[in-house]
Amino acid sequence: MSGPSDYQPTNPVLQWIERRLPILGLMHSSFVAYPTPRNLNYWWTFGAILSFMLGLQILTGVILAMHYIPNADLAFKSVEQIMRDVNYGWLMRYMHASGASMFFLAVYIHMYRGIYYGSYKEPREILWILGVIIYLLMMATGFLGYALPWGQMSFWGATVITNLFSAIPYFGESIVTLLWGGFAVGNPTLNRFFSLHYLLPFVIAGVVVLHIWALHVAGQNNPAGVEAKTEKDTVPFTPYATIKDLFGTSCFLIFFAWFIFYIPNYLMEADNYIVANPGVTPAHIVPEWYYLPFYAMLRSIPNKLAGVVVMFSAILILAFLPWLDTAKTKSSKYRPLAKQFFWIFVVVCVLLGYLGAQPPEGIYVIAGRILTFCYFAYFLILLPLLSRIEKPKPVPNSIADDVLAKHGSKAATMASAMVAIVVAGALLAGSVQSARAEEEVAPPSQKWSFSGPFGKFDRGAMQRGLKVYKEVCSACHSLNYIAFRNLADPGGPGYSPAQAAALAAEYKVKDGPNDQGEMFDRPGRPADYFPAPFPNEQAARAANGGGLPPDLSLITKARSYERGFPWFIFDFFTQFQEQGPNYVVSILQGFEDKPPAGVTIPDGSYYNKYFPGHAIKMPKPLSDGQVTFDDGSPATVAQYAKDVTTFLMWAAEPHMEDRKRLGMQVFVFLIIFAGLMYFTKKKVWADVH
Amino acid sequence: MSLWPFVSQMNPDASTIAAGAPIEVDLTPIASGQDIKVFWRGKPIYIMNRTKKQVDEARSVPVASLPDPATDQSRVKEGHDQWLVVIGICTHLGCIPIAHEGNYDGFFCPCHGSQYDSSGRIRQGPAPANLPVPPYQFVSDSKIQIG
Repeated sequence: MSGPSDYQPTNPVLQWIERRLPILGLMHSSFVAYPTPRNLNYWWTFGAILSFMLGLQILTGVILAMHYIPNADLAFKSVEQIMRDVNYGWLMRYMHASGASMFFLAVYIHMYRGIYYGSYKEPREILWILGVIIYLLMMATGFLGYALPWGQMSFWGATVITNLFSAIPYFGESIVTLLWGGFAVGNPTLNRFFSLHYLLPFVIAGVVVLHIWALHVAGQNNPAGVEAKTEKDTVPFTPYATIKDLFGTSCFLIFFAWFIFYIPNYLMEADNYIVANPGVTPAHIVPEWYYLPFYAMLRSIPNKLAGVVVMFSAILILAFLPWLDTAKTKSSKYRPLAKQFFWIFVVVCVLLGYLGAQPPEGIYVIAGRILTFCYFAYFLILLPLLSRIEKPKPVPNSIADDVLAKHGSKAATMASAMVAIVVAGALLAGSVQSARAEEEVAPPSQKWSFSGPFGKFDRGAMQRGLKVYKEVCSACHSLNYIAFRNLADPGGPGYSPAQAAALAAEYKVKDGPNDQGEMFDRPGRPADYFPAPFPNEQAARAANGGGLPPDLSLITKARSYERGFPWFIFDFFTQFQEQGPNYVVSILQGFEDKPPAGVTIPDGSYYNKYFPGHAIKMPKPLSDGQVTFDDGSPATVAQYAKDVTTFLMWAAEPHMEDRKRLGMQVFVFLIIFAGLMYFTKKKVWADVH
Repeated sequence: MSLWPFVSQMNPDASTIAAGAPIEVDLTPIASGQDIKVFWRGKPIYIMNRTKKQVDEARSVPVASLPDPATDQSRVKEGHDQWLVVIGICTHLGCIPIAHEGNYDGFFCPCHGSQYDSSGRIRQGPAPANLPVPPYQFVSDSKIQIG
């Protein structure tokens, strides 16, 4: 469709270049003069959105790699340093982490669109297969990248997924050893994952070029599913498609920004804010939401090898779609049966995703088997059968006819489809959280000054909370990622640099060696970190009856609880992110002197209403009157708990106020920008419709 | 064949293999009824000094009634019957069970509730198989070599 360009630049310098390297002509024929069907709907803007997301992931990824350290001992810490110390590091990381989810969301919509409108059919088979390859590469890249922060879920996710290869007969174990570069997931594994995670996006970019090339040879499919025949059927890419893509992308960015600035941890696992520990397994190992349907299939098959084969077949079967669906009519708009079964297929995939997040027990396993069967039946039984028995409705003669036939009514269907997608996405996302289903009392929700889009930390509460930490918690709990200088940071507890320095000087810090080769103590400086109460984990355990007091720097992000249906859907809209603080404040007040009748607690443990399993090694830490506040706040356990939790929330997310402030500016900008794009688009398209 | 170096470099390097060499563990500090967890090749290995009661419990169960039948004698070294050495990785989904918990005086996996008895055999819950016994031998009465 894009034959040799007759583009001739007028500028003599450009002419000189063009004669030697006709790159401008290539650009012109591909992105300016390229004819696109004039009846494309907004589902077609996801190609542009995906290109944009790939570019953004590469940009933020390269930046993160400048600060990240791929070493098992330092990786987790380096990510925290990016979040805390690197200028706008938190923005880069949240963009990259949420960006991966957005990338997958967009690719799923793009794929469903292709299935609905038959975009894989002759002459676009290679185009479709290239797309399946891109999807596979994306899954690999996403998995490798998820391992890099080296949190608990990173480590155990990597363990479970690499173990899939051990199902291969005879060579399984040696392949797994080869992948690990050791006898378990460890430092060599992390190193090679980083190398490959950096490489694969560029491979994806290469395949995307092929994908677009194939697209420009065959031309775009369109909602009518009839090929463009005359000039009247098409419009030039620029300005028509360009402006429409720009509008679509800016709407998508608004959705994306909601995650980055207001609910950055909505799609993340709390367990991944705990540093990887090969000796402790998280209670539920759950992959990222975009793998859940395949994870459900893996677990519903009782035989390990068969499960792995089924899981990979579920992806590979997509490549054979052009030959499984032999119906001549492309678009499901004109296929009354295929249209209904398409939506059933979408529901099957979403339900499989929901099951992937549930514990593999009882009814969930049976449901998983039924749905896995439905998934394959759609491709292997239904599509071949439909093409033989279905009577399609007549298709329009040309694209121009299609545009003239239906006018209006499009906006309404678009809106309802968008709502359906958002709800389905939220359902899927929320099911990740419901994975930790336990029969426990959920901590009650508290009112926090830092919740919501305008939330700010209460300075008084933070200063009181610091006092509680210093006088009580710090006897057993470290605060490793907080330096004294942070106390004077903007958005923090509001101390002056001099006050922070004075506070630092109260501590003795080990330094050295000096010229005699000896270590010595000196007063703390603002750049020093809060000293830990115990030199190592073993010492901490020995002093606490075998229990390990966790580091508190990230505790309000590393703890969570199940929100359940339908709360997790509301949480998306209300920006609820306070599971961690609710949990921490409840634990501090959840001690009871005597366990309820019928409950026995092991010796050396204490009963706590909100602790999972109820037997906690920490004795009741706070009692009324224990700490005296200078500002006259009540010396009660409730007050202490609330203040120290506020302080710890700041410790876990020190740039929260910055984040929300910047978020508001970005939102104002994006909404105005999207509005401008919308009206420009209307103007440009006025004479086409 | 010329591709081999490019694949082989991915295998464990010399220092990793050296670090994965057999380890010797002194058993004297483990009192009867106690256990220790050592790491070998990145895997947690439980070494349990079983009480007479635990051994008797493990041996009085009819073997045929077990989900993964194995005698207690086949899982320990003859003459050192009180010593149980197992890899502490749940055969269900790879979690690490807790020793001395559960209804069978053995191991309890907190992830999905699998329970192993005092011989490390699966008794209840979703796990399909017994806890594996790593390769080890007694170098003296109070010392074992794992690997």
